[in-house]
Amino acid sequence: MNFKLIVSVSRALMFARWKQTLVAAIGVTFGITMFISLLSFMAGLNELLDNLIINRTPHIRLYNEVLPSENQPVDLSENYSGHYNFVHSVRPKKERPEIQNSFAVINSIRQDERVLGVAPKVTAQVFYNIGLVNLTGLINGIDIDAENRLFAFSEYVTSGNFMDLKNIPNSIILGKAGAEKMMVETGDMITVTNPRGDRVPLKVVGLFESGIQELDKVQSYASIKTCQKLLGESSGYITDLQIKLHDMTLAPAMAQEYSELYNTEAIDIQAANAQFDTGSSIRTLISYAVGITLLIVAGFGIYNILNMMIYEKMDSIAILKATGFSGKDVNRVFIFIALTIGIFGGLLGLMFGFGVSALIDQIPFDTAALPHIKTYPVSYNPKFYIIGGIFSLVTTYFAGYFPSQKASKIDPVIIIRGK
Amino acid sequence: MKILEAKNITKYFHDPITIQVLKEVSFSIEQGEFVSIIGKSGCGKSTLLYILSTMDTDYEGELYIDNVLMRQKKEADLALVRNEKIGFVFQFHYLLNEFSVLRNVMLPGIKLGKYSEKEIEHRAMEKLKILGIDGEALKKPNQLSGGQKQRVAIARALINDPLIIMADEPTGNLDKKNSEIVFTIFKELSEVYNQSLLIVTHDGEFAKATNRIIEMEDGKIIRM
Repeated sequence: MNFKLIVSVSRALMFARWKQTLVAAIGVTFGITMFISLLSFMAGLNELLDNLIINRTPHIRLYNEVLPSENQPVDLSENYSGHYNFVHSVRPKKERPEIQNSFAVINSIRQDERVLGVAPKVTAQVFYNIGLVNLTGLINGIDIDAENRLFAFSEYVTSGNFMDLKNIPNSIILGKAGAEKMMVETGDMITVTNPRGDRVPLKVVGLFESGIQELDKVQSYASIKTCQKLLGESSGYITDLQIKLHDMTLAPAMAQEYSELYNTEAIDIQAANAQFDTGSSIRTLISYAVGITLLIVAGFGIYNILNMMIYEKMDSIAILKATGFSGKDVNRVFIFIALTIGIFGGLLGLMFGFGVSALIDQIPFDTAALPHIKTYPVSYNPKFYIIGGIFSLVTTYFAGYFPSQKASKIDPVIIIRGK
Repeated sequence: MKILEAKNITKYFHDPITIQVLKEVSFSIEQGEFVSIIGKSGCGKSTLLYILSTMDTDYEGELYIDNVLMRQKKEADLALVRNEKIGFVFQFHYLLNEFSVLRNVMLPGIKLGKYSEKEIEHRAMEKLKILGIDGEALKKPNQLSGGQKQRVAIARALINDPLIIMADEPTGNLDKKNSEIVFTIFKELSEVYNQSLLIVTHDGEFAKATNRIIEMEDGKIIRM
């Protein structure tokens, strides 16, 4: 029975001054709306920047580097086993840049449960021939399916169909800046000179934009087969293995492990992009700082409005207490009012926050760096909505609790005599 | 049978300086008595009434209501005592404008929860009828005249059939005609329903018509 009574008293108090109640609810709504929309926007931008690197970069890259042999012949000599030796001008030994036994290595890595996927790659140094002029270039021979699945290759191909690379033999996708320099478009033929001096014609089936102009001028993509043919190598010739993991944080340890296991060089994403890692963590820190600030500001706003509302109802509190309502009942009435305002204001805030996010999501955003991005990025992470919802309830609860606690404790006569 | 007994009630105000407003006040009220407390402004009669009604807990001495000591009671228990055993009428009507007249009268009854809501509504209508304002039951208090409001306040005080009704200058804010109506009602409650009443007033004529007058001066009872 008591609950019903409290609800009815709360309702009457709320509706009697419905404008004031509305203002309080709007205060909550506004705070939560700002929190959701700003955090969604910031998180969207953050994710975009993260993806800029993370989507394109393998978590672990296996390759062979041309290095001088660690053990020189003198080390093997028994005559000098107790001596120090100094060898000057050590030169690297002649070694093919390919990964030994690549098929077996790929299969064994694919078996590993921690690995999301492997994309093999062949790189070839070439010259692009434009009339009499030769431009240096680098062709990446890629496994188109794996590359697209793991590194979203299709997002960077701005003209032509990237699948043609697989379907049309002797085809190539040029960087947009490089293609402009060579004055070719999709559908044209170009000639490249391979390291052995042979000229090979290739068909341009598309153009890509990586966002880095200098890279686009030099690099281009072809299928692994085309690349191997260009180099005159067999189908087992793979120079790089790009590995993507389920959990990026395992990369440094696994790079070490693979390096020893497969006897290759291995580099992890954290080591390869140390500066990016720092930037990423600082951006996260900033968005947390902004989020917390927003919540505190919104919280104080909510607290102020409810506080005032309760002080204006002091008379009613005195009457209720004089006629037999206990402090606890008064407390419950105001907490019920505060929570009602919190729930409705908060729900509206979440909805408006979603609306504003959706609106930001529609604002055009053109950037050369990301050809597939057309509007401002927004994150619809449910985490923000959960935090916003819980926060609106918690702040309104405390905003109702403290003043009503104070009101419930004083003797009614103090309010009455004060009149 | 004693329904209310005060023993050596002493009270100080501390702000701005410490003053003793009540000096060891002792008296008791029997069931069915119609008592008035009179005295000049500032003699402590309202202060005493607030203590007797348990709304003020900052005092020394002992207060028994229905032979139960109030001193050790917790805030929630005191609220229950006020709800069940005391009906209070203020100088200013103190009704909740957010509720209808009928609802105002019903609220203490719903709070007590002794009867179903339907029954409380019926009882509330009866009380309003006794006071002659049953026609205004569905209006909001701010639509009524001062005299009508005071009668609603009395109806509210009656809803739980209290042991005693306490009133603080119930006619202080009313004109002569309305004062008389209110007084007649109190008289009728006392005579017809054998209701115990304790009225603080500075209206000498009003006091004269009661069974017993307690006169106060400087925080002490000088006549009773």
